Amino acid sequence: MSDESVFGMSVSALQTMLRERSVSSVELTQVFLKRIAAVNESLNAVVTVCADQALEQAQEADATISRGEHQSLTGIPILHKDIFCTQGVRTTCGSKMLEDFVPAYDATVVTKMKAEGAIMLGKCNMDEFAMGSSNETSYFGTVKNPWNLDCVPGGSSGGSAAAVSAGMAPLVTGTDTGGSIRQPASLCGLTGLKPTYGRVSRLGIIAFASSLDQAGPMAHTAEDCAIALSAMSGIDPGDSTSADIPVPDFHSALDTQIDGLRIGLPREFFNESLDDAVRERVMAALAELEKAGAVLVDIDLPHSHYAIATYYVIAPAEASANLARYDGVRFGYRCEAPTDLEDLYLRSRSEGFGEEVQRRILVGTYALSAGFYDAYFNKAQQVRRVITEDFHRAFEQVDVIAGPSAPGVAFPFGAKQVDPVAMYMEDIYTLAVNLAGLPGLSAPAGLIDGMPVGIQLIGKPFDEQTILNAAHRLQTETDFHMARPTLQGLAS
Amino acid sequence: MSVTPSDIEKVALLARLAIAETDLPDVTERFSRVLSLVNELNTIDTHGVIPMSNPHDMEQRLREDSVAHPSDREALMATAPAQQDGYFLVPKVID
Repeated sequence: MSDESVFGMSVSALQTMLRERSVSSVELTQVFLKRIAAVNESLNAVVTVCADQALEQAQEADATISRGEHQSLTGIPILHKDIFCTQGVRTTCGSKMLEDFVPAYDATVVTKMKAEGAIMLGKCNMDEFAMGSSNETSYFGTVKNPWNLDCVPGGSSGGSAAAVSAGMAPLVTGTDTGGSIRQPASLCGLTGLKPTYGRVSRLGIIAFASSLDQAGPMAHTAEDCAIALSAMSGIDPGDSTSADIPVPDFHSALDTQIDGLRIGLPREFFNESLDDAVRERVMAALAELEKAGAVLVDIDLPHSHYAIATYYVIAPAEASANLARYDGVRFGYRCEAPTDLEDLYLRSRSEGFGEEVQRRILVGTYALSAGFYDAYFNKAQQVRRVITEDFHRAFEQVDVIAGPSAPGVAFPFGAKQVDPVAMYMEDIYTLAVNLAGLPGLSAPAGLIDGMPVGIQLIGKPFDEQTILNAAHRLQTETDFHMARPTLQGLAS
Repeated sequence: MSVTPSDIEKVALLARLAIAETDLPDVTERFSRVLSLVNELNTIDTHGVIPMSNPHDMEQRLREDSVAHPSDREALMATAPAQQDGYFLVPKVID
């Protein structure tokens, strides 16, 4: 086994090697730790490495495997987005506010993946409090896109995406409040899945917008996402919004038979504002699915253009409430020498939060304040229902809805930083899915001038299986998901 | 509807954020851009539509009212920036 051969491998391939004992978990862990040490200085995708802890876990995994036993992720090295609380391991959420925060407990996702035998190599960089689409708002510096170091990896799970793309881990966790798994997956050439709202427990995930936040996997293949999704999912007494719905074994249920699958193409996603090169790639992927037996149907989501306005009221409003907890008293950053309690609050918060986070807190506070609540927050919640009902109507005609994951390929640093609204447009195809609580997946659909672009597949509530099946079939017909960045002049 | 720097100062105080005088024009300008984006909501009639706070309209699930989930007080207190004798420390509130 050469180190190089392992970097781009899928979880399922590594699982086979581990179970056949052709490689040990300790060896794999060492290889990936070495890879992180070699490329992370240039990419800045990982903010904390847990080498000793990972090697200890890997030894336990090897002992398990040598007894002839295994769980779904036994011995597989992974990275977590730094939004997941990890007991005893610093959890920053990309913010100065939590620069030194060491949680007293694990997020349920972390607990579950640990119980399934996954090895935690460390924590991934991200946009501050998951607010951003380029990873440029992180207090810990920007993450470089492995496909082009002058470009962003997307966000907010940009560190997670760059890490898999550059071979630092075969599987990572992300969170998606408005597109934060699917857009970076698209920009870095990965498969990323945002599950149905309620599928995965939010306990221990640092809260951004509680009615929209969902955690999900990012990996090279849909098959790997299926393996990880079963490991992450399930009802949790610690999250009253987690769904009391059985979790299928998404992996063993993967079915490449998609004959007669009805795929809806919303006219609103494929109108004249869609970039021609993106359209060409998305349609090429759809043509493959059509060849495999799927039926393409034009549909309407007549209110989808309201998604941005709706999202940028609801998400900031929920964020302003969630982020009220950072007061400089109980945990997180505290300003130097406060003169009184008011000064402590004001300075701790304005020194601890970055610009984008403060802007969203302001917008959310405004939308919830007396006199504006009805015009903004209540109104946005009404429009949210209208947008959601569009989807429900569309799903009476089709099984899956397809579209682009992002308006274009990765863009250069600074390109969208001055105008917040320009950055918000990055999520124009993903936001509505969060508002409606639906599962959405981005899968690679080829390259545009050497940079990856994704196709988005949206499913019915709690029907992740169907979009995983379609993506898996796409990946048996094409090799879009096999493309890897060369990392020229960087990797050892 | 546009906002003025003094509107922003009022909202900032509600949010317990201090905005430097020199940053105020920029903050106001960028805030206004976001506000004009969301003002698109005024163009849709939602008369009679029930606001949606959970995408599946799920009911709040209640648990058994029993003692559970003991929290580790010391471990949780350990994350506080300033503490003493099991209390969080804050600047003097009452003279």
